Amino acid sequence: MVAERDEPTGALVRPYAVTRGRTRPKLDIALEALVETTVRGRSVVARDGTGQGREQQYIAALCDGRLQSLAEIAARMQLPLGVARVLIADMASDGMVAIYEPTSFDSNDSVGTELLERVLSGLRRL
Amino acid sequence: MVHRPTTGRVTSAKIVIAGGFGVGKTTLVGSVSEITPLTTEAIMTSAGEGVDDTRQVPGKVTTTVAMDFGRISIDRDLILYLFGTPGQTRFWFMWDELVRGAIGAVVMVDTRRLADCFAAIDFFEHRRLPYLVAINCFDGMQYHSAQDVRDALAVSPDVPVVSCDARSRESTKQVLISLVEYVLTMRRQRAGAPA
Repeated sequence: MVAERDEPTGALVRPYAVTRGRTRPKLDIALEALVETTVRGRSVVARDGTGQGREQQYIAALCDGRLQSLAEIAARMQLPLGVARVLIADMASDGMVAIYEPTSFDSNDSVGTELLERVLSGLRRL
Repeated sequence: MVHRPTTGRVTSAKIVIAGGFGVGKTTLVGSVSEITPLTTEAIMTSAGEGVDDTRQVPGKVTTTVAMDFGRISIDRDLILYLFGTPGQTRFWFMWDELVRGAIGAVVMVDTRRLADCFAAIDFFEHRRLPYLVAINCFDGMQYHSAQDVRDALAVSPDVPVVSCDARSRESTKQVLISLVEYVLTMRRQRAGAPA
């Protein structure tokens, strides 16, 4: 069980060092957006001496054949969300990962309603 | 791609779990999640966009906000996430991101500390995010009826108020089902109503 943390845990040491100081991602990625390693991502990581950082290699391995959200990747790597977002956006623009956007339920469209029905029957099956 | 699922497009959805400190948000998430709840952290810096709270805290440069969350695979291509709100409601910048596009929210209530959930209810009403109120019955004890809680919170009559035991998978499942049913009912009413 994870304890509820109500106190700020304090600043991390140079959290944006792994992004070489960049704090703005190339694309905005939602917390729950799903990430999956592409064939290209897998082959790039498999090759030696590609110049890919350790973090990119970890992400490519984590999301290989497994859908993982931005939030999961950040949590598993113990990286702040913003840092993970920059890394994943870079990998997406290099074609190493595919990003699947979440469905927004803000508008009252039939796509959302249909998906809600799937969520409901999925919950009932649990 | 090798792992492309067979039906529909790959997508995700989320439900927000709110409530005061110690009300059982992480317990509720953990009771139904297929993974041990994870914690993700966001850093608020003085350079953050649209954030003015830091100005009220002299000398404070960065603050870390932690959120616990869990995951339910509805299908191979549809993943539902449950995000607990950061305990301190002053971290509103994170709430904005949490509620964006969400299905709805569960506001957890401890009847001994009812006021702890006021800020969350205000926020969701303001953002027009559908929510239900879930009274967490600690040790199986419910000290006040759902009607008492409804009256005390003065929530709109259509908002569901349910009791739950956050430790129980079956109970949490029912809370989530109630929320999604409520959201679906509201959508169908709106879709059927004349423009």
